[in-house]
Amino acid sequence: MIDFKIAHREQQNINVLELKGYLDAHTAPKLEEAFQHLLTSQRFRIVVNCKELSYISSAGLGVFMAFIEDVRNNKGDIKLTNMSPKVYNVFDLLGFPLLYEIFKDEQEAISRFFEKSKQA
Amino acid sequence: MKTGSIQIESRTERLIAVREFVSEAAHEFGFTDEDVSKIALAVDEACTNVIKHAYKFDPTKTIQVVVRTDNGVFEIAIRDTGTQFNPAQVRRPDMKEYLSHYRKGGLGVFLMKSLMDKVEYEIAPGKMNEVRLIKYLPH
Repeated sequence: MIDFKIAHREQQNINVLELKGYLDAHTAPKLEEAFQHLLTSQRFRIVVNCKELSYISSAGLGVFMAFIEDVRNNKGDIKLTNMSPKVYNVFDLLGFPLLYEIFKDEQEAISRFFEKSKQA
Repeated sequence: MKTGSIQIESRTERLIAVREFVSEAAHEFGFTDEDVSKIALAVDEACTNVIKHAYKFDPTKTIQVVVRTDNGVFEIAIRDTGTQFNPAQVRRPDMKEYLSHYRKGGLGVFLMKSLMDKVEYEIAPGKMNEVRLIKYLPH
């Protein structure tokens, strides 16, 4: 049974993580590892596509919290996209939409990185 | 009154079994898919707390999850015999302060309280700790 999977690809120099399955206390270390890998290799522009993410608990949310400061201190960001209403509701309950940019579509999130770099 | 229960080893890979058990009972009781998801998440958070805090990841320990349904009331009791952990003392985090302090824990108890109608605790350190999560069936 697939409980949780992460696919990584680079698109226009943005690192896209595609999450699939159930993100709970058991699987959260996998996401932590993926973020750690990106940060170690100095990749701070990250889009997390949640299209196939079926479930998230606070252990998963905690991973986003753990890395966001480091990522932003390095002029990057973690942007989230394609969430199902069920997953979005959990983010929303904790006020995460105030802290993270959440987009309906992956391409919108990628474009947003370039808007920001034009302004800079 | 109807009751059902599941006992799991204190391991995070067993969380999925608890979510499935509770979801099935909540569906059967008549909750909507949305409420079933909320209940399953709240129970996941309670069990995760036990695994991490009460049992400190000791896989030889067990957690008992008991579902009791009666007259529109759906109650899940999560029982452990570990170190005292009192979720009642966990306050809602201020998210701005939270972000600036780079923390990643403490969200579970807040979620449990937000997702359920009532959360009760009975703490008897070394004997049995019980967290009761209660949700009422809408009329």
